[in-house]
Amino acid sequence: MGNLLANYEEAAAIILFGIGFTTLLLHRNLIKKVIGFSMMDSAIYLFLAAKGYIAGRRAPIAAAGALSAADYINPIPAGLVLTGIVVSVSVTALMLALTVRLYRRYHTLDIDEITRQARREED
Amino acid sequence: MGGKANDRRGAGLREWLRAGSRLPDERMAELLGTLEKPARDPEAEEALRRETGELARLEEIRQHERALSDRAETWGRTKGLTLLRVLYACLAGIVCALVIALLLVTVARLPSFGDGTNPIHNEVSQRYIEKGREETGAVNMVAGMILDYRAFDTLGESHVLFAAVCAVMILLRLPESGGERERLLAESNDRVYEPKHDIPLQRAVGFLCPVILLFGIYILLNGHLGPGGGFSGGAVIGAGLILYLNAFGFAAAERFATLRTFRTVTFAALGFYALSKAYSFFTGANGLESGIGPGTPGAILSAGLIPWLNVAVGLTVAAVMYAFYTLFRKGEF
Repeated sequence: MGNLLANYEEAAAIILFGIGFTTLLLHRNLIKKVIGFSMMDSAIYLFLAAKGYIAGRRAPIAAAGALSAADYINPIPAGLVLTGIVVSVSVTALMLALTVRLYRRYHTLDIDEITRQARREED
Repeated sequence: MGGKANDRRGAGLREWLRAGSRLPDERMAELLGTLEKPARDPEAEEALRRETGELARLEEIRQHERALSDRAETWGRTKGLTLLRVLYACLAGIVCALVIALLLVTVARLPSFGDGTNPIHNEVSQRYIEKGREETGAVNMVAGMILDYRAFDTLGESHVLFAAVCAVMILLRLPESGGERERLLAESNDRVYEPKHDIPLQRAVGFLCPVILLFGIYILLNGHLGPGGGFSGGAVIGAGLILYLNAFGFAAAERFATLRTFRTVTFAALGFYALSKAYSFFTGANGLESGIGPGTPGAILSAGLIPWLNVAVGLTVAAVMYAFYTLFRKGEF
């Protein structure tokens, strides 16, 4: 299985991603779909943070004196995760607002029921 | 006999079609006469009867088909839907399992976790670590990276938040007029249900809220010196404001947090960010003296623009967090 056991953190991130994806696909409740989506986001952050980690090194906060790249972990994934978190907050808020609007109109959170009612309105 | 009559009629028809209106009148009348007078012979009547029987059978078949399609539709509405759902669930499960398996195989072939020689740790991160403090003045390398080297990226992020608030406001705003407004207000406005005098909560918040806000400000201002920065500090301040709103109600919170405040704060913060960073990039790209130096790394007023940009980002994030909460709770400010 190659590096699967050594890469346990990435593997955990992937499994979390899969759980989120399954939630997104299998649940008909819109709120649960949003939760699944957020889980996928978090899994990606875990994956990125794991990619930046280097065993035995410190967080990228410089100490006094000369700096050497061999002392610190990689700061780039941290910046990427920051960007990702902000975007996922925005996307989650937008999805929840759309859910609120759908609920106000159809009085249900079931996506199939909403589709059925919307189709009936179209006819 | 009937067959011969039909042949004659067919020949006449063909002649009429060929010649059209150029036929002499008497010939025309003759032809029309053969067409109008159908041969009433037993064979034709037999054919007619057979045709009627055929039609009746067709009608029978049609009714049968209609009944079948009705049954299929009912089946589709009840059992079919269940079957489809089960099928969909199975397929979705298979797709998910496939995706996970594929990604796990990929993970198994990735370089090992926590190894310093991985290709991801290349000269870019080396440069950020070795030159970051000297060039940006920020002790926190991540802050130096996102607010100095990649400052436009962070400006875009803040605007994503702002755009999200705008979109949520468009979606959740209640209609201005009409009888629907009252119903929606009653439905979506929690103000009716919120506790008016929850003394234990108010006492606790009266103690906690200043501490939370102070801690948020500390994180905000400490972003270039240690863990923290605009996004985390802004989120903490926003959480403190939401806690205050929950304890003391909208009437108290609206003394300072209105749509007007939100507009002013976000506009000032984002405008300051864009203008100051545009100035810094412009002077930097043209080799001009910008008057913004990295200062002494480790001092509170150092790292050039980074603390100020942190404050701008933090204010935006706090305003956006609070705006999300109040928009979802009552549909307006």
